[in-house]
Amino acid sequence: MSSWTDKRPMSPHVSIWRWHITMAGSILHRMTGCANYLGAALVVAWLFVTAAGPDYYEPFATLVGSIYGQAILFGFTLSVCYHLLSGLRHLFWDAGKGFNPKFASFMGSLILLTAVVLAMAIWVVSGLVPGVDPLHVTGAAS
Amino acid sequence: MSKESLRTPLGKVRGLGSAKHGAGHFITQRVSAIGLLFLVPWFLISLIGAVRGGYDGALAWVSEPLNAVLTLLAVGTALYHMRLGMQVVVEDYIAKHGTKNVLLVLNTFICIVLFVAAAYAVLKIAIS
Repeated sequence: MSSWTDKRPMSPHVSIWRWHITMAGSILHRMTGCANYLGAALVVAWLFVTAAGPDYYEPFATLVGSIYGQAILFGFTLSVCYHLLSGLRHLFWDAGKGFNPKFASFMGSLILLTAVVLAMAIWVVSGLVPGVDPLHVTGAAS
Repeated sequence: MSKESLRTPLGKVRGLGSAKHGAGHFITQRVSAIGLLFLVPWFLISLIGAVRGGYDGALAWVSEPLNAVLTLLAVGTALYHMRLGMQVVVEDYIAKHGTKNVLLVLNTFICIVLFVAAAYAVLKIAIS
């Protein structure tokens, strides 16, 4: 395309950037934001079937309780954890803090790791992992 | 370069520039984020406990006045926040004028429908 005559500055294209953690963090923040959009719809659906009565609640609970439902729920937990921590970092960035490249890269990795650990911890502590209930919250005999 | 305008000729003819809503969008996105920083952890942990008790447990949990109020706050703030977020995603990635506007309107509709459904559900349970 040699017919490009626009003299305004162009943003460097995606393909010339080296892959790095802050870039991955930024992309993940958007992706988890979109995933949370669907998750929020799921939460509203849960509220709605609770109001609609057991005839609606039970099929919904069966669906969510299935292996696919549980996978989606864990994905949603992970997505919320990441977006929350990453969002907190965005608030610090908005205040002009944390832009040092080394620190930003370090925080990028730390937030990703913390989100995974946090999501797993929530599921383990809440007894959502089958057969794992360290705090005896499910009331099941161990 | 310094004396040239950064606006395209088409942009100069077509519009008056920005809608002047950028700062408002930026600020409300952050203010709702600050609210969600507190509401989401509470909601996530409470929700897991509420779901554990099955239908009766869920009903009893939403019936509690504090839970009902905080649930509406959490869901309302989240829907507001995600409408703003999805708006930016659509504006960034969808270049086609018609498609973009359809998606922006759809985004608004979805968030409002979800909020009305949540408000109906919580109020129905809490006030009965």
